[in-house]
Amino acid sequence: MSDASELEQFREETRAWLQENCPKSMRSKILDPTEEVWGGRNAKFKLPDSKLWLERMAAKGWTAPTWPKQYGGGGLSAAEARVLEEELKRIEARSALKSFGLWMLGPVLLEYGNEEQRQRFLPGIIRGETRWCQGYSEPGAGSDLASLATRAELQGDHYLINGQKIWTSHADKADWMFCLVRTNPDGKKHDGISFILIDMQSPGVSVRPIQLISGASPFCETFFEDVRVPKANLVGELNHGWSVAKRLLQHERALISKLRDDAPEEDETLPEMAIRLVNGGEPGPLQDHALRERLAQVEMDFLCNKLTLRRSSESIAAGIGPGPETSMFKLYGTELNKRRKELKVLFMGYQGLGWEGAGYTARELQMTRDWLRSRANSIEGGSSEIQLNIIAKRVLGLPS
Amino acid sequence: MSFVLSEEQLSIQKTARDFARERLNVAAFRRLRDARDAQGFERGVWSELGELGLGAVHLPEAWGGAGLGYAELGLVLQELGRNLAATPLFGSTVLAAAVLREASASQPGLAALGERLAAGEQLVALAHEERPRFAPYAVNTRLERTPSGLKLSGEKALVVEGHVADQLLVVARSSGAMGDRDGLSLVLVDATSAGVTRTRLETVDSRGYARIAFSDVALSEDALLGKLGEGAALLDPALDRATIALCAEMLGGALEVFERTVQYLKERQQFGVAIGSFQALQHRAAQLFCELELSKSIVMEALSAVDEGRADVPLLASVAKARLSDTFLLAASEGIQMHGGVGVTDEYDIGLFYKRARVCELLFGDAAYHRARFATLSGF
Ligand SMILES: Cc1cc2nc3c(=O)[nH]c(=O)nc-3n(C[C@H](O)[C@H](O)[C@H](O)COP(=O)(O)OP(=O)(O)OC[C@H]3O[C@@H](n4cnc5c(N)ncnc54)[C@H](O)[C@@H]3O)c2cc1C
Repeated sequence: MSDASELEQFREETRAWLQENCPKSMRSKILDPTEEVWGGRNAKFKLPDSKLWLERMAAKGWTAPTWPKQYGGGGLSAAEARVLEEELKRIEARSALKSFGLWMLGPVLLEYGNEEQRQRFLPGIIRGETRWCQGYSEPGAGSDLASLATRAELQGDHYLINGQKIWTSHADKADWMFCLVRTNPDGKKHDGISFILIDMQSPGVSVRPIQLISGASPFCETFFEDVRVPKANLVGELNHGWSVAKRLLQHERALISKLRDDAPEEDETLPEMAIRLVNGGEPGPLQDHALRERLAQVEMDFLCNKLTLRRSSESIAAGIGPGPETSMFKLYGTELNKRRKELKVLFMGYQGLGWEGAGYTARELQMTRDWLRSRANSIEGGSSEIQLNIIAKRVLGLPS
Repeated sequence: MSFVLSEEQLSIQKTARDFARERLNVAAFRRLRDARDAQGFERGVWSELGELGLGAVHLPEAWGGAGLGYAELGLVLQELGRNLAATPLFGSTVLAAAVLREASASQPGLAALGERLAAGEQLVALAHEERPRFAPYAVNTRLERTPSGLKLSGEKALVVEGHVADQLLVVARSSGAMGDRDGLSLVLVDATSAGVTRTRLETVDSRGYARIAFSDVALSEDALLGKLGEGAALLDPALDRATIALCAEMLGGALEVFERTVQYLKERQQFGVAIGSFQALQHRAAQLFCELELSKSIVMEALSAVDEGRADVPLLASVAKARLSDTFLLAASEGIQMHGGVGVTDEYDIGLFYKRARVCELLFGDAAYHRARFATLSGF
């Protein structure tokens, strides 16, 4: 049988399985972010069907479609995974699980972790039982991440950790943290960094939330005071965590650049929204010509960006790349996302100015908050300026 | 559709690249320009291009073309664009041929001309534009039926390769008012007919264009392509295809100018370091890189859409043309700026790309035109 017909067969089977197993209530875009499923020890399922949907997807390993079956993954080829993705999209299925473990830590453990670590951590990620957070940034180490100072000292069979992290998204809800620590204070700053996994319930770990301009506070400062972490939790080689850290950042950037694909509020296209709000529902050319021009530009750039993401994934599948282009997608995707969110608020006019309370619909309030949240897109995971630096140096080969 | 080139495509790309670098490079273009060559291209090189099978990759085998697609044509045009190659490929083999192909579906008699065109023996030009800015239906050139046949009068503002064309495909109005889509007709006119006056235009890009006046040019009934008054049905798809093809050439130009600039940033020393180590320049180069990557994707997508006969060709043509108009000009103007003083000298090539970018930008509608068209096609 040819690859193509095997793939077609896989598509049919997938379609049938989804038809049977994806609850009806899970086939609509998420408008309310509190309905998202993030898993973990204290997992919250606002809708009972989300739990069922997660369990079914996890049982097939389809929360992590391309991970090996031996850890509970789906064992799918890249082509099959794309078919699965397309079929999920076709029925507008909700993502069964959102997770830093799936997006960032898992791929890194598959590449750099030892067998014991993979068996220990991957199944929990796939089933949504363990929720992870990312302990990279520190007050004195943002863009200049390698200057981080949180110390880990080897004391027999464990490391003793002291220091502070900042911006740790969802640290208050996470079970575990993947964390960068300094294990050798002497020498150059990129050396002497290690990648370590910390149980957030360990004595000496404390978190304090930070509020953003959007009003949300999924971010925390995390403090470590004489926290004991077993030696076995070190991923990769001691003092050589920087390469692990960088690889994880590539996954993070790829993710952020794709994020808006299933962003909560995308229930109508931008043009539909413009017709509804700018033209009061009257079809045809937008009455505001400047907005029309801006919208056209954003829509076209959006299409071109999407095509470029596809081109890149096709090249990767054909064995060309991946290169440092994740930086490009992080940069372009987030800047574009900001432009889109801004347009929405402009379309809403006065109704886009609400913060809370009467006079505004829940959806309007959400869109306004989303616009404010989007300002962080081009900062988190490495700012746009840092991405430009990376493109200039690694892609274009410009000198330092 | 695939974004990854096949073996065959890679081989076409290489042949085109080698040939363009060797025979159609910027130095060759300069020689033609400096000699104020009347034709604006070298007949000998033009034949060689055809013999290599690069002249008509996208034209049907029945016409003697290679029977491949726009995806392949795009690869050739990109290489020509990289070298500012002066050939009538775009004007005749792409633009005019696209109209002829549309028409030949119902007029098999046109195949003979198609063959001569594909072989590069005869040059055909589309005489269309009348206004200073692209407006496809703003046609005032009149086509009238008289007892003795058809009569053509009017003036075309800018005809690509019009100065050398043997045959002219003229868009004329047989009914309706300026700006109407209905009432346009297409006629085939021998360029040497009585009443045809051609003026070679000397444009900033030093390529071949003519202003052409038609004064009571007498034509027989069979000069008509398609049905009287329904010329737009042939014209529209042909313009979309040609626009997409032009974008491939523009992409080549933009990539070339960008690569040359990046190279310069690595070489040029000021303040004791390479200027490419300055972040102000690094960021602009990186930004440009992203715009170019997006440009590659849309050009490939649009070319394939033509080959697949997809319904979104008009939309993609507009997306591609809006983007490439902006990007080519940006790449070229940033190229000049980052080259400093040498960038504005005639001796340096960068400026030639800039001038070409400006012309390409305005041909078939600039970015603003296509943003508006995109909006209309998208229903907002
Ligand atoms: C919403 C949000 C969520 C986050 N989630 C997490 C998380 O879960 N875990 C985690 O570890 N971190 C997280 N971060 C932290 C994030 O990675 C950092 O904020 C980011 O790397 C930037 O660091 P900084 O905020 O210290 O800014 P700074 O590094 O102080 O930068 C300030 C400004 O200077 C510019 N700049 C800095 N260096 C250069 C340079 N070399 N060239 C040019 N310009 C430069 C920056 O681009 C920026 O504009 C999050 C941040 C946000 C806002």
